[in-house]
Amino acid sequence: MSEFKLFNRVLFVVTMVVTACFAVTNAQASPVETFEFQDEVTKVRFQALSKELRCPKCQNQNLADSNSTVASALRLDLYNLLIQNKSDTEIVDLMVDRYGEFVLYRPRVSSLTYVLWFGPALLIFIGIVIVIIILRKKPISKENLALNSDQKTKLEQLLSGSADVSSTSKSASEHKEKE
Amino acid sequence: MNKVIRFIPLVLVIALGVVLYRGLSLNPNEMPSAMIGKSMPNFSLSTLNNANKIVTKADFVGDIVLLNVWATWCPTCKYEHPYLLELSKNPQVKLYGINYKDEREPAQQWLTHYEDPYQFSVFDDEGLLGVKLGVFGAPETFVIDHHGIIRKRFAGAIDVRVWRKEFEPLIKQLITEKQQGK
Repeated sequence: MSEFKLFNRVLFVVTMVVTACFAVTNAQASPVETFEFQDEVTKVRFQALSKELRCPKCQNQNLADSNSTVASALRLDLYNLLIQNKSDTEIVDLMVDRYGEFVLYRPRVSSLTYVLWFGPALLIFIGIVIVIIILRKKPISKENLALNSDQKTKLEQLLSGSADVSSTSKSASEHKEKE
Repeated sequence: MNKVIRFIPLVLVIALGVVLYRGLSLNPNEMPSAMIGKSMPNFSLSTLNNANKIVTKADFVGDIVLLNVWATWCPTCKYEHPYLLELSKNPQVKLYGINYKDEREPAQQWLTHYEDPYQFSVFDDEGLLGVKLGVFGAPETFVIDHHGIIRKRFAGAIDVRVWRKEFEPLIKQLITEKQQGK
């Protein structure tokens, strides 16, 4: 009975520690600034743009995710631009002007990104072509599978167990013994 | 024909290997600046040492300028600081600072404690000038020519070796450009 109590206590402590850890990481993960938006649309646009734009310093995070100084500066800049009634394309163009195409999580279609945009489709196309070529290769025809007359007679001889065949097997076994 | 086809996968794998091997030695943090060749952006901010003194782009255009982005939270800035003091004695360039995403008091203390190499530091606590310049982090140093055009951005600490390799040739070129009245 006391063992059961001890187990319960340990379980309780472990749960507390794990929850505390999660609480701490959550607290660190949320960016600290608060922005007030004039209307719901601006708020949604802010959220969409900060997900679409990439943090220049921490390259695998977007602006919404990142805690880095440059990301927080960019979020403030984004907010100011939205307040100034800039359109989404204007804002994105401005960011690209400063940080290069790199800030876009969805790269624009240009001669540099043709491979990215059309590469997968091209590969699928090549794959389909190869599959079609393989399938269209002539299968081995039934005529080739059928035995010709010589083979037929030999087969019959083998099946009927003629002296001819047994003598060859005998000579083969003699040959083995000699070895 | 069949024999050639048989070697295609081998060739593809070797090509892939070469590409990936090259990728191993590339630094993904080394980003080219999109601001090279563009004009220094306009701004209006106070200086670090005097909250009432507003400076703009006009305050340092005309010379060959080094614009150093620094902050007290940045350990590499501390490392490069002694060399910046050295550079402040270099008559060929004028060194200005951008105190980036920092607090005024600790930054002022930093400059009194370690000496101030800058003509002045722009106090950019919100980082908005940094964003306009396409700053990724600190330390970063921009070279701005006498027309106010950004000619170079260097991310990381400057020391003698970096200065000789990365900056000196460009500064020499800019000086001749200025003398020729370009």
